[in-house]
Amino acid sequence: MKKFVALMMALMMCLGCLAGCGKADPDAGKIKIGGTGPLTGDAAIYGNAVKRAAEIAVEEVNALGGLQLVVKYEDDAHDAEKAVNAYNALKDWGMQISMGSVTSDPGKATSTENYVDRIFALTPSASTDLYPEGKDNVYQMCFADSNQGAASAQYIYEQKLGTKIAVIYQSDIDYSKGIYDTFMAKAAELGLEVVSKTTFIKGANDFSVQINEAKNSGADLVFLPIYYQSAALILRQCADIDYAPKFFGVDGMDGILALEGFDTSLAEGVMLLTPFSADAQDEKTVNFVKKYQEKYNEIPNQFAADAYDCIYAIYQACTAAGVTADMTAEQINDLLMEQFNTMTFSGLTGENMTWAGGYVTKSPKGMVIQNGVYVGLD
Amino acid sequence: MKNVQRKISLNKTTKSNFVTYGIVIAAFVIMEILMAAGMVSSLLKGLLVPICVYVIMAISLNLTVGVLGELSLGHAGFMSVGAFSGAVVSMMLQSVIPDAIPRLLISLVVGAIFAAIVGVLVGIPVLRLNGDYLAIVTLAFGEIIKSLITNMYIGLDENGLHFSMIKQKFELAEGGKMLIDGPIGLSGMRKVDSFAIGIVLILLCLMIIFHLVNSKSGRAIMALRDNRIAAESVGINVTKYKMMGFVISAAMAGAAGALFASNYSALQASKFDFNTSILVLVFVVLGGLGNMRGSVIAAALLTVLPELLRAFSDYRMLAYAIVLIGIMLVTHNPAIADRLKQIKIKQYKKSADRKAAAMEKKMVRQTAKKEGK
Amino acid sequence: MLFLSNVINGLSLGSIYAIIALGYTMVYGIAKMLNFAHGDVIMVGAYICFFAIARFNLNPIIGILLAMVVCTVLGMTIERFAYKPLRQAPSLAVLITAIGMSYFLQNMAQLLWTPNIKVFPSVVGNGAIKLFDGQLTISYIALITMGACVVIMLMLSLFTGNSKMGKAMRACSEDKGAAQLMGINVNTTISMTFAIGSALAAIAGFLLCSAYPNLTPTTGSMPGIKAFTAAVFGGIGSIPGAFVGGLLLGVIEILAAAYISTELSDAVVFMVLVVVLLVKPTGLLGKKISEKV
Repeated sequence: MKKFVALMMALMMCLGCLAGCGKADPDAGKIKIGGTGPLTGDAAIYGNAVKRAAEIAVEEVNALGGLQLVVKYEDDAHDAEKAVNAYNALKDWGMQISMGSVTSDPGKATSTENYVDRIFALTPSASTDLYPEGKDNVYQMCFADSNQGAASAQYIYEQKLGTKIAVIYQSDIDYSKGIYDTFMAKAAELGLEVVSKTTFIKGANDFSVQINEAKNSGADLVFLPIYYQSAALILRQCADIDYAPKFFGVDGMDGILALEGFDTSLAEGVMLLTPFSADAQDEKTVNFVKKYQEKYNEIPNQFAADAYDCIYAIYQACTAAGVTADMTAEQINDLLMEQFNTMTFSGLTGENMTWAGGYVTKSPKGMVIQNGVYVGLD
Repeated sequence: MKNVQRKISLNKTTKSNFVTYGIVIAAFVIMEILMAAGMVSSLLKGLLVPICVYVIMAISLNLTVGVLGELSLGHAGFMSVGAFSGAVVSMMLQSVIPDAIPRLLISLVVGAIFAAIVGVLVGIPVLRLNGDYLAIVTLAFGEIIKSLITNMYIGLDENGLHFSMIKQKFELAEGGKMLIDGPIGLSGMRKVDSFAIGIVLILLCLMIIFHLVNSKSGRAIMALRDNRIAAESVGINVTKYKMMGFVISAAMAGAAGALFASNYSALQASKFDFNTSILVLVFVVLGGLGNMRGSVIAAALLTVLPELLRAFSDYRMLAYAIVLIGIMLVTHNPAIADRLKQIKIKQYKKSADRKAAAMEKKMVRQTAKKEGK
Repeated sequence: MLFLSNVINGLSLGSIYAIIALGYTMVYGIAKMLNFAHGDVIMVGAYICFFAIARFNLNPIIGILLAMVVCTVLGMTIERFAYKPLRQAPSLAVLITAIGMSYFLQNMAQLLWTPNIKVFPSVVGNGAIKLFDGQLTISYIALITMGACVVIMLMLSLFTGNSKMGKAMRACSEDKGAAQLMGINVNTTISMTFAIGSALAAIAGFLLCSAYPNLTPTTGSMPGIKAFTAAVFGGIGSIPGAFVGGLLLGVIEILAAAYISTELSDAVVFMVLVVVLLVKPTGLLGKKISEKV
């Protein structure tokens, strides 16, 4: 019985901690922006990029002297269950505006919470079409996947990049499958010949089957609507068997050049559509890349750029709507929704972006990798 | 004298079982009071159902590992079966039964039934093996179940249910919707507040297990665990009893899975992988093999703890690993085991001395009374 | 021709499984335990190779030797501190400890080397041999992997068959008590087995990452599980069994991916394992050991 009492006491103590004590809030007077992302685990590279870029942007915004912001990221380890926990932890912190989740699968879970709790969400990078679907207060800064697939097919068609196309995509993530579906629809419409369609799933290392099939069907262009980690493996395995078609990627391909130890000559001639490139020479990009590099000693990828834009877009909308730090999340939600449905925003990842139904409209840039750097394609 | 002793020991287990029920009920009451008082953070509120789920997972795996004595490394597979079958049924019935609670109850039952069926299918080959081979085959089945669900497409429209494997081979009519979209999994489910149901489910599972352990079948199962050959030689039907324990355990995991699914709006089969199986195994091992109360407490605490220690999340899994190794080394270290035995003997001696002293006093008193008469 | 090319790819993948499986099987044969952490020792070996070759620009051979030394020490340390105290414990306890060790190594690697992907340098060089007018191409790395696998397998067979240590190992795996009576130091022999298994893991790590260059803290776990399956498949405890099991598993995996579905290839691999174990519970080349009461 003593044991039982002791256990109960321990439990109560835990609860006491969870209930949260009324400590002085160091973030008082600031608008609290929260987000969940994989800060540990396999996908940590994305979560950390977003977190770092958001922090840089908040620092800059606060230095302007107007509205004061604070951003906090909680770890979701790229897992929907943990993402909901992380989201709840942020709610306890007093989050007023949400940056959703960094990755798509956790995003699907947290966006429902955002919708139910009426907390405005703008995700930098959860690109699944399902993310804003049916939820009026959930917005994306990145392309919806469907946009990218169609744009890629259009681009390949217009530039006459290939006659026989092979597609290798990852079927267990929304991102890749979404792009693939719309790519195929658009390709059929334009009359592009797709000779080989193969898939892989998370954790796949061996692409010999997929590459063999593409090679044997005589494809001269391989479309890779996938993330750069798998793309790096595919490029290497193609080189291993002397297969050298043209490669065409999407924004998930960005980051391949920054991989530690990657032989950039393998990526020579790879084309991709991406809204952001760290090598662009405009003032905003140069400034951001420089700051990011100084602080973290690596080149920011498109996730970072999208996160940076998120903070600025939120800042722009808050200023325009007269949002103050003492408003409730729900009040801010209504004001921001009004703003985002009408405003245009220009940032690192595009000029004059607009939002409709939560989906962003912006134009991707065609890039090609030459001598280890991106060069504009047009 | 023998009879008296048996009565006492029986009472002891019953008492201990009631303490376990008591802990669960007390935790529920405390949480409800705190919630009514508005003293519970969103984080903890969000964790209540997952805690129930992991507690059920832990006690059901404890049935397999602790009572049955077979290491299963694919327990998350049953959870997955329960989660997906339960969620699909719940979504199908959305228009027929608009009320969430009865729908959840149906999905729990369906989840348990499907997991039990899979449990039988898996059990037939698995239980013919022993030890390490059995462990590796359960691991294999966990992976197979994950792969199969990952490649399953189920859609619903006015013409009824459509089903295909590997590729989506059907077109949905206008207004139809995909229930399971292959690797993308389930999405668009409605969340149900199911904490109370979770608690009831825990109590139910505990009752089933306690009843089983104290029954004739339970003793047969444990005899098999302790010495299979000896048990077989006294005529215990190995397959029957092993299968019984295994299938009950699978059904509970299925119900836990269905409960888990009710708490989220989207679900993927890859959630229920080897790592989830191991996580539950850690709960069981830390709580003590065969010790249900330990499993309940370990599962609850270890689900809450990492969330409290968010700041140290980098070290969380490392700490798990160290604790896992540490516990195994300590509990199986001959030197420490000897020490523990000595302590136990000492305690036993002490209590025996006390009992003897009490008896003596009683006798003295009685003789005094007699003499007084 | 496509079929042949798939078979060759399968053999190449299978060779890697086989080398890893050899490590599992040797340890099982003698210590009668499933060393779940073996896959993670491979990962450590690959990281050591990576740092030696890519960061410090050492000669690849030196890199591999260095990795072998580190892995050997690591394997022996694990055995000494985690497994040795449990020699008498039930197999369940040992297995859980091994799983804990696997988690420990993975998470340690994550803390030490970050979860970010490191791309393993291409030591062998890209390129391929072309046969039949370029219809069949075999990459250099595939050739080297298959060659290494055969050489390792032959050397191990010679070692266990003829050397004094090898004979001691076989004696221990037959009957530890009797071996001890014959003057064999059982503890040293087990320790030695772990050392050899771990050195093999380093080579496996190098080959694995040369073929599939994305290196992360979880690199070893899936190949580890597959190789473990291969070892069981071929009959755990048997060296030729691990070799055959590994090669077959690789071929089955690739053929399943090519002709059934890439998503289901893992399921097919595991189903084959289940079927084999049902028909022959000790694996393809395993010996039947009758249970003692």
